[in-house]
Amino acid sequence: MLGKTAGGLYWMFRGLERAENNARLIEAGFRIALTRSTNTETEWKSVIITSAAQQGFTAKHSEFSSTNVIDYMLRDTDNPSSVLSVVKQARDNARLVRTALTTEVWSAVNETWMVITELLKNPVPDTDLPEVLSIIRQQSALVRGALHGTMLRNDIYDFCRLGTFIERMDSTARIIDVKYYTLLPSPSLVGSRMDNVQWETLLRSVSAHRSYRWAVEEEYTATNIANFLVLDRRMPRSLAYCAGQIVENLDYLSEEYGDRRPSRDMAEHMNARLKGRDIHSIIEEGLHDVLGTIISDVAALGAQIEKDYRFIH
Amino acid sequence: MTSQSQHFSEMMGQDSVRTPYVDYEAWFSRQDTARLSRKAKDAEAFFRRTGITFNVYGQTDAEERLIPFDLVPRILTAAEWAKLSRGIDQRVRAVNAFLHDIYNRQDILRAGIIPVELIQNNDAFLPQMIGFSPPGDVYTHIVGTDIVCTGEGEFYVLEDNARTPSGVSYMLENRETMLQMFPELFSKIKVQPVSDYPKNLRRSLAACAPASCEGRPTVAVLTPGIHNSAYYEHSFLADQMGVELVEGHDLRIVDGKIAMRTTEGHKVIDVIYRRIDDEYLDPLTFNPDSLLGVPGIMDVYRAGNITIANAPGTGVADDKAIYCYMPEIVEFYTGERAILKNVQTFRCSEADSLKYVLDNLADLVVKEVHGSGGYGMLVGPAASKQEIEDFRAKLKARPSNYIAQPTLSLSTVPIFTDAGLAPRHVDLRPFALVSPQGVHITPGGLTRVALKEGSLVVNSSQGGGTKDTWVLED
Repeated sequence: MLGKTAGGLYWMFRGLERAENNARLIEAGFRIALTRSTNTETEWKSVIITSAAQQGFTAKHSEFSSTNVIDYMLRDTDNPSSVLSVVKQARDNARLVRTALTTEVWSAVNETWMVITELLKNPVPDTDLPEVLSIIRQQSALVRGALHGTMLRNDIYDFCRLGTFIERMDSTARIIDVKYYTLLPSPSLVGSRMDNVQWETLLRSVSAHRSYRWAVEEEYTATNIANFLVLDRRMPRSLAYCAGQIVENLDYLSEEYGDRRPSRDMAEHMNARLKGRDIHSIIEEGLHDVLGTIISDVAALGAQIEKDYRFIH
Repeated sequence: MTSQSQHFSEMMGQDSVRTPYVDYEAWFSRQDTARLSRKAKDAEAFFRRTGITFNVYGQTDAEERLIPFDLVPRILTAAEWAKLSRGIDQRVRAVNAFLHDIYNRQDILRAGIIPVELIQNNDAFLPQMIGFSPPGDVYTHIVGTDIVCTGEGEFYVLEDNARTPSGVSYMLENRETMLQMFPELFSKIKVQPVSDYPKNLRRSLAACAPASCEGRPTVAVLTPGIHNSAYYEHSFLADQMGVELVEGHDLRIVDGKIAMRTTEGHKVIDVIYRRIDDEYLDPLTFNPDSLLGVPGIMDVYRAGNITIANAPGTGVADDKAIYCYMPEIVEFYTGERAILKNVQTFRCSEADSLKYVLDNLADLVVKEVHGSGGYGMLVGPAASKQEIEDFRAKLKARPSNYIAQPTLSLSTVPIFTDAGLAPRHVDLRPFALVSPQGVHITPGGLTRVALKEGSLVVNSSQGGGTKDTWVLED
């Protein structure tokens, strides 16, 4: 496979994952804005920070209002991470790697681009927001379904999956990090209403508020939520799950190509940090610091994969 | 439907439906128009979803456009096709022989059949190709000859398109679309298939691999990238052939050969089907600003380590000034009379012709010898008195810069409209593949249709559409 193709697949799926994550972040923020009458600005600001878009946002807007944030995250083409930008970029990448995709996957991405471009042509009024966000998530699911259902399990598939999980791991780590303080054991806040809402938002940001109740317990507690999002391998957006998937996909590549490249060892190292860990020891070590290390590890791993598989040079 | 015009209608004869269309017409007359309208809309949605679109140059952010597809096929009998394909085969062989001669012994110049200046002053003539024979002596691996019809069995070649003809993906997708929309038609009417084209293309390219190639030749398609107007076709052909689609920056020279950067290191390419123009092919040899090509590829080529399809410098064979010598060229190299007609062409460099052209400007089309895309030309019947007089001055000042042709009465084939069938002018671009094993022509080709009533312009950039082209089984 061409190095460029591997890169195109990887970035295409990073883009699609990012679009979906943005939709979730906005949904969680919107819910807070609906359920709380004051101080929604902090919530919207955290959405911007989570998607690492603070600099670009503040260059254009002075206020973290829901209108500003929603528009910037969904439609603003000056924002390289807006849904519109990443979907366009994913579709451009799909055109670039057209020969590596099944007709189903290509049609799904192309249709996603057509639907979302039309959907986001004009500012989205609050009344339409839930539907728009749900369509974005559905389109993303459509592409994923086509990928799972029709693609050969070969290196092409592995690069798609690597893009997905690198992006997802980075996103989950950022979401937890932005709100990590709500997870810190602080006796004065535990059990207070605000605390619960914060935690619920955190879970909603990764679509885990329901699965948490099924898999863990009905009560929100700081350590259990942290454990669920960081270490629980049943949870498809947890850090440990993503790390495990990355290692697995790099393993398949090693097998297919008959060699072992530096990214493989880096991923295993990253995975080992999370494997067999206890959430209490992580909190003790400092959740923020651990997450910071993970975010930079993920970035370094992404760069190494790019190098190992000759995306550019 | 009756055709009131004086133009030849390929569907409607003098008083009855022409033979190739009898079965189709019988089927069509039983169809519900509303259902057909719906099908036409379905087809458009299908083209969009599949991404069968083209970009308009200079408008990177502009909407991608569809080439309109018309659901009425253009139909040729096996006998009509037999004559056409024999003529194309002959012409393609002559063009290849001409190119080899022009870049080597130049017998045709010595024989005085073509003036030396026509070659010397021709930008498409590449001195880098002199004294070099490409692998298998094939220059034009892929040819898309533009043909028009003016009456029963009256076919004329308009252009030889020996560089990088496009449109073959539409030929293939149009057929797929028709098969999807009207499967029952194909069980009633036996149409010669076109779907083997990608397989034949790959086979034909592989057969032209350089002598240095060991084992199964590696073929790749070279594209300028996703912003090129024909990118869809590039990716489609690579995909259908099962070969990599590369850009210049994916390639480099490794041990004197062209290699592509893969996830497993650099891999040698033997045959490159390039969809970029000569001038962008190699910044070291041609346009130094080109970022699309591969620096040094011409050296690799001349060392016999890569096949470039089509060969650089083939443009000299489809120049308008050379065009008018095609009957002589065919005869010179094949020893046969040309089967397909050339449009009568007056070379204004010759005194008698010039006089005739000046006397009949209002009835002629006058073109610049090296012009293309309809620039710098006069369409006599459509021009005002003033425009004709202005052009007369230009023509007198530099007669050798112009050729003139009579306006042709192009045939029509009906298109489907909400009001029923309506005649529109068409042309035809069949695709020929050339390898040392011979010439292979896919039955049919791409029919382009001028969608505007009375218009003769079939170009997709100017409102033209396409049709599926059927060659009936014998």
